Amino acid sequence: MTAPGPERFDLIVIGAGPAGASAATEADRAGLRVLLLDEQPAAGGQIYRPLPAEFSPREGRAPGPDLRAGAALRAALAGSGAEARFRRRVWHLARGFSVFALGPDGVERYAAPALLVAAGTHERVIAFPGWTLPGVIGLAGATVLLKSQQVLPGERVVVAGAGPLLGAVAAGILKGGGRVVACVDLASPAEWMRLAPAAGLRPDLWGQAAGWTAAFLRGRVPLYPRHAVVEARGPGRVAEVCIAPVGGDGAPRADAPVRVLRADSLCVGHGLVPATEMTRALGAEHLYRPDEGGWIARRDACLRTSVERLYVAGDGAGIAGAVPAALRGRLAALAAARDLGRLAEAEFARKAAPVRRRLARTAAFGAAVARLMALRPGLARTVSRDTLVCRCEDLTRAEIEDAIGEGAREINQLKSWTRCGMGPCQGRMCGETVASLMAARVGSREAVGQWTARPPFRPVDFEALTGDFTYDHLPFPPTAPA
Amino acid sequence: MRIENAVARGRPVTIHVDGTPVGAFAGESIATALLAAGIRRLRESPRAREPRGMFCAMGACQECVVRVDGRAVTACTEPVRDGLSISLVDAGR
Ligand SMILES: Cc1cc2nc3c(=O)[nH]c(=O)nc-3n(C[C@H](O)[C@H](O)[C@H](O)COP(=O)(O)OP(=O)(O)OC[C@H]3O[C@@H](n4cnc5c(N)ncnc54)[C@H](O)[C@@H]3O)c2cc1C
Repeated sequence: MTAPGPERFDLIVIGAGPAGASAATEADRAGLRVLLLDEQPAAGGQIYRPLPAEFSPREGRAPGPDLRAGAALRAALAGSGAEARFRRRVWHLARGFSVFALGPDGVERYAAPALLVAAGTHERVIAFPGWTLPGVIGLAGATVLLKSQQVLPGERVVVAGAGPLLGAVAAGILKGGGRVVACVDLASPAEWMRLAPAAGLRPDLWGQAAGWTAAFLRGRVPLYPRHAVVEARGPGRVAEVCIAPVGGDGAPRADAPVRVLRADSLCVGHGLVPATEMTRALGAEHLYRPDEGGWIARRDACLRTSVERLYVAGDGAGIAGAVPAALRGRLAALAAARDLGRLAEAEFARKAAPVRRRLARTAAFGAAVARLMALRPGLARTVSRDTLVCRCEDLTRAEIEDAIGEGAREINQLKSWTRCGMGPCQGRMCGETVASLMAARVGSREAVGQWTARPPFRPVDFEALTGDFTYDHLPFPPTAPA
Repeated sequence: MRIENAVARGRPVTIHVDGTPVGAFAGESIATALLAAGIRRLRESPRAREPRGMFCAMGACQECVVRVDGRAVTACTEPVRDGLSISLVDAGR
């Protein structure tokens, strides 16, 4: 029995966050037949994630700015002719381009001459003793619990790490009636003040900052600038969180006094990392750009990667925030329309110019925020040898260091020696800690390299890959450079 | 734990966690229902046999994997359904 042929489009966009949803809307306006895929039930991505369909806002509660922006994004998409399909997990890609998604009814195959990856980010959490205890959750994940699931992460919560998600989570907990035991910030007030000039052109951001400050004062949240969590203690689940003053690189100061806070939940995140597994799997060239979150696909001003007709947009193309994400999405869509010969050069230039102007205005703030969330190498360097680094395989720092000592010089070598990065998270949770430790030994993150991306990008239930679909239908892409 | 002041949730449903009934609301994820019920420990780690719970809350880390009708699902992305039967078989409790 033969598999049905793929459904064909001009452009396929993966990810329906601000970047992908804006791109699909723009591509439709440019006359392309466009398909938008996302594993979530609705468009909006991480920041504009809607309430579950079964929930409804209470009478008289005005939706916040993120909900409003999300509603506008979804309305624009729904009003366009773009074909949006949700609950589709993209698990395999091949050049040319073929897209394999797992949907509610099993495997779906799509094909298009142009592909835009707008898959967003995942969170960086550098390992520390006790980070595997139940009750420790990511800061980014906490935003999902608060704004979409409408549940508090705990009764007494420590919020810790870096960047604007700290403020968003702490304020969200207070607004939901919860208690924030402490807000533990890697950055100094001076680092935050560097955002001020860049935020000058964004009154919305000043409003948000003022709202957080007021909420903190009302909720009497103790702030610990230039501090880090050095340990979470159980037994069995988080009961205590230990914090200590740190230097600018995140390393606790020698003989620093450790303060012990009683808490039943710790929300911690050390920044966002662009999701590059799809562009890696397709063999695009990548660059290490710590100020944009880490490894990103090399791209030109119109978001073209080194692979012909493969585009990237949004935070997955370099951390910059939601507003630049949407603008870059639109620019990538216009570039695709032009490259496909569907938009004349003059028309492309006319449409792209205002988007690029707006992008230039938001760039300074995006870069300032991304710098606040950049990796601080002192965090990993100072964790004890018995700290678990790889959650999937229960590997400690000592085991990682030993493998490096025995000659593992590159991250995929380390992976095959130790199984670190081979588990179900595919290196997403440990990768930044491991690479940080390894870079300290071999000289640079470029030398450490990136995990080789192999399908499936996320674990998929292989029982779902049944029916008339067999392994032979997978056109494997050329092996990605390590 | 549930934030009550902003939204009206979906209709009440009951899920079964290792046979024990746990109340939840339509629209919630399994992880949310378990969190609200005070169940933090969802698994045991493979080698050190240490307790684990929801971590990334966005379907990436796989720490919150539970079994639903024998199928492994991430509790943070799987919505509750009335009568759903969940087992924390790997939780070692
Ligand atoms: C969990 C989380 C919460 C965040 N919360 C906030 C916040 O509250 N405020 C804020 O300012 N910033 C927040 N951020 C930062 C945020 O990522 C950006 O500001 C913004 O959402 C970036 O938009 P984007 O379109 O680039 O990516 P995203 O919004 O992340 O959208 C990417 C989309 O791609 C989809 N996707 C990824 N991989 C696949 C796949 N294999 N198959 C199918 N679909 C896939 C995802 O489901 C997602 O909808 C958060 C980030 C994370 C990771």
